[in-house]
Amino acid sequence: MSDIQAATAEEQPDAAAPEPRHNAKRDKPRSLAADAWADLRRNKIFWVAAVLVVIIVTMAIFPSLFTSANPRACTLSRQHSGPTGSAFFGYDFQGCDVYARTIYGARASVEVGVLATLLSGVIGLIFGLSAGYFGRWVDAVLSRFIDIVLGVPFLLAAIVLAKRLSQDPQNNGVVAVIVTLGVLGWTSAARIMRSSVIAAKNQDYVAAARMLGAGPARLMMRHILPNSIASFIVVLTILLGINIASEATLSFLGIGLKGDAISWGIAISEAGPYVRVAPTPLIWPSVFLAVTVLAFIMLGDAVRDAFDPKLR
Amino acid sequence: MSDVVLETKGLVKHFPITRGIVFQSKVGAVRAVDGVDLQLNRGETLGVVGESGCGKSTLAKLLVGLEKPTSGEINVRGEDMVRLKGRDLRRARRHIQMVLQDPYTSLNPRMTVGDIVGEPFEIHPDVTPRSGRTKAVQDLLDIVGLNPDHVNRYPHQFSGGQRQRIGIARALALKPEIIVCDEPVSALDVSIQAQVINLLEGLQDELGLSYIFIAHDLSVVRHISDRVAVMYLGKIVEAGGDVAIYEQPTHPYTQALLSAVPVPDPRLRGQRDQIVLEGDVPSPANPPSGCRFRTRCWKAQDICAQEEPKLEIRDRSGHPSACHFAEAREMFASG
Amino acid sequence: MTDIKAEIDALPGLDPQAPLLDVNDLHVEFRTRDGVARAVNGANFTLKPGETLCILGESGCGKSVTAQAIMGILDTPPGFITEGQVRYRGIDLLKLPEAERRKVRANHIAMIFQDALSALNPVYSVGFQLGELFRKHRGMSRGDAKKRSIELLDQVRIPAARSRVTDYPHQFSGGMRQRVMIAMALALDPEVLIADEPTTALDVTVQAQIMNLLADLQNERNMGLILITHDMGVVADVADRISVMYAGKVVEEAPVYDIYARPAHPYTRALLESIPRLDHKGRQLNVIRGLPPALTAIPDGCAFHPRCSYAKDDCRQDPPPPPYAVQPNRTARCHFWREVVGDE
Repeated sequence: MSDIQAATAEEQPDAAAPEPRHNAKRDKPRSLAADAWADLRRNKIFWVAAVLVVIIVTMAIFPSLFTSANPRACTLSRQHSGPTGSAFFGYDFQGCDVYARTIYGARASVEVGVLATLLSGVIGLIFGLSAGYFGRWVDAVLSRFIDIVLGVPFLLAAIVLAKRLSQDPQNNGVVAVIVTLGVLGWTSAARIMRSSVIAAKNQDYVAAARMLGAGPARLMMRHILPNSIASFIVVLTILLGINIASEATLSFLGIGLKGDAISWGIAISEAGPYVRVAPTPLIWPSVFLAVTVLAFIMLGDAVRDAFDPKLR
Repeated sequence: MSDVVLETKGLVKHFPITRGIVFQSKVGAVRAVDGVDLQLNRGETLGVVGESGCGKSTLAKLLVGLEKPTSGEINVRGEDMVRLKGRDLRRARRHIQMVLQDPYTSLNPRMTVGDIVGEPFEIHPDVTPRSGRTKAVQDLLDIVGLNPDHVNRYPHQFSGGQRQRIGIARALALKPEIIVCDEPVSALDVSIQAQVINLLEGLQDELGLSYIFIAHDLSVVRHISDRVAVMYLGKIVEAGGDVAIYEQPTHPYTQALLSAVPVPDPRLRGQRDQIVLEGDVPSPANPPSGCRFRTRCWKAQDICAQEEPKLEIRDRSGHPSACHFAEAREMFASG
Repeated sequence: MTDIKAEIDALPGLDPQAPLLDVNDLHVEFRTRDGVARAVNGANFTLKPGETLCILGESGCGKSVTAQAIMGILDTPPGFITEGQVRYRGIDLLKLPEAERRKVRANHIAMIFQDALSALNPVYSVGFQLGELFRKHRGMSRGDAKKRSIELLDQVRIPAARSRVTDYPHQFSGGMRQRVMIAMALALDPEVLIADEPTTALDVTVQAQIMNLLADLQNERNMGLILITHDMGVVADVADRISVMYAGKVVEEAPVYDIYARPAHPYTRALLESIPRLDHKGRQLNVIRGLPPALTAIPDGCAFHPRCSYAKDDCRQDPPPPPYAVQPNRTARCHFWREVVGDE
């Protein structure tokens, strides 16, 4: 026993001493996520992206906070007239308020982006986790399937799929676009998940848990998933930006949202032919779209840098 | 020798070398562990030494059930672990636990120290009632010399030596009789190594543990072991008490290995007769016929290629030695 | 060959009488997010031709950073050399223009690393990588360079050098790879070789091969060798002099026999008592309590005082102990070196 007490006594001074190699000042228990947050807080790009994302999401949920005008109140007599009163950006070909329509367009973009990304995330998580965890023939089959989906030309498949899914003319196409983007966009997320699951699976702490007799469910949920999810989430953040851009692309091509839906893609598509006469109805939705996509991608990048273990 | 807590008989692990992904075909096998018999007595430390690729880490994994042996038996308290399944296996595993080499990768970075040390109780809920678990975890931290109030900290807030203590606390949670230590101090700095070695020795006296201590550092193994087994290419080539192995080794490989270890005393410089082995260890996928050491051995004769020497007590070797020409060689006088 | 020598002779400060390598009061700091880590806080040593100097210390003591600073391969930022001189035959390398400095290092100072696999380029054959050195620095033709490469691989005792010269680094075993790296380091006939933990990743029998090889090559060429290691056994086998580093400072410098027989710094002494030894078996190892300090928060006074059994009030206050002369060629940064040397 004396040895043990001696050992205890030796280490006690350190307990009070500052922790070695890591932030010496703070002594509170901190997880990796807390460390990442401490990092993010000091990152200007993160704050710019976060503020933009908050504004955009607020715009999507409560567009009336930003404009009191009705985006559907269009009068042809105001076609292409300049800014007046609350219509800061002027009027488009149909005589609709460009500012109001741009604000209201955020909802479709964010809705499609978020839901399509969630769908991709679920599919990608299932595929990536199973391929990575089970390995062997499961991995072989799933990985080849991922390759096949990845090999499908995106625009071609999207056109076919979206057309197929939205044959009902009453439908404004939101569900069709979400499903199309979700089903075609999960592959990179699945691949990232697979490789980080494989990396986590071979860690010693997983071996240690197996040695204790832990079953597959515990290994996956407690040990592998928490240690492999970070890069997956980052990929999804970036995918969110891409999905918003893709929605605009599909809508521009006339196979995305339609009917009376308001979206940046539709606005850009409609304003295209008159760009020489009236550029503003094209420019403003484009600027909003670009800024939104950029904000999400920057956010994803900043989060990735904060979680990147190589920088720790 | 009645009080044997662990015994392996003819333990073999071959890793198949395969080609193809979906349709695999076996093209060979890496003979990582190739017929190992060993016994561990209660309260004893058995050191296993050998160079990288000799199969000592695979042996550790077999003993704790991380790998399934190709053939052979692992008897823990009279039960063959290899045959056990399901609940019985889980219960039997409690008796044999392991301390891993790398304290930086062996602890889950997303779990607190309390969760890590308490995980054994969650997997084996009948060991400690739920209400007593926090107390049990704190007691374990106290035993290994950590502050019990640090249960809510994360591994990265500890130094390497402290992390290794956490790993030891986790291994002790289920009150095992046997602990397999796979290079437990080789990732640590010299001044920290001594702390962890002393802790392991103290715990052994206190709790009556039996250790299998696997390491490549022969000095550390000598310090902690009662008996030593020397491995080369998946086989034990020599086994015996620590004095027998270190002072009168009879297998040429053991002699070469020991003579290569630098001794921290400059006065001995040039006075030790160093045996420098030529060449590299052959591939375990294609080991030499007969004696596996013959390709690098200065004593090798025709018989070494034809007949595999058994690990047994010989005319000129008072302890088991797998060499046809086993003969003691004085290495170090006891200090 | 001769023109390079002539160029270097023309550099300012060259003094044939000066020591081969002289590191004086070197300070290196790393400016990180968590503050300034003072990795090296005054490293001093000199190296003579044919001499083996061992820098002994634990991880984080600044021994590798010192080597990187000498070689000019410090990552800047975050690493900055803030003070001190590194003189090769009197020429202060830190003050030379980059191009000149590179020329001196390429031709006179070479380094080998612990991890040979990552130090060699995996996509070129070892023959190509060796040959490139001769072509670039010696202006040799392709054929001559290849011939020289084979000779060199032969000198580091790689069997069948002629056929292995076209092999890639991953085709060599750990020990052979280390030999290839030694061959590359010796290609341009350096006068100083810095070896940073060259055998730490290797098995003992291979370690013995490599250390013997290094000793032979050093004798043949009368090179100065700086061996950086934490292994007190290896040090005892090869060193002429030892510098023990702790928290960025050389706490003791002495000839090898003196330091093992009678250490003058408590840290050296504690290190020697804490290692298990092959040649005798003691029951309880002496332990250095606590941990080395974080480099961002090095204690005032003597950095070792929180772990030291000799520490008194003097040790806890600045200024830190100066290097006391224990013997004419021996220093120790400890106020109580007399007691430490005297204790049995």
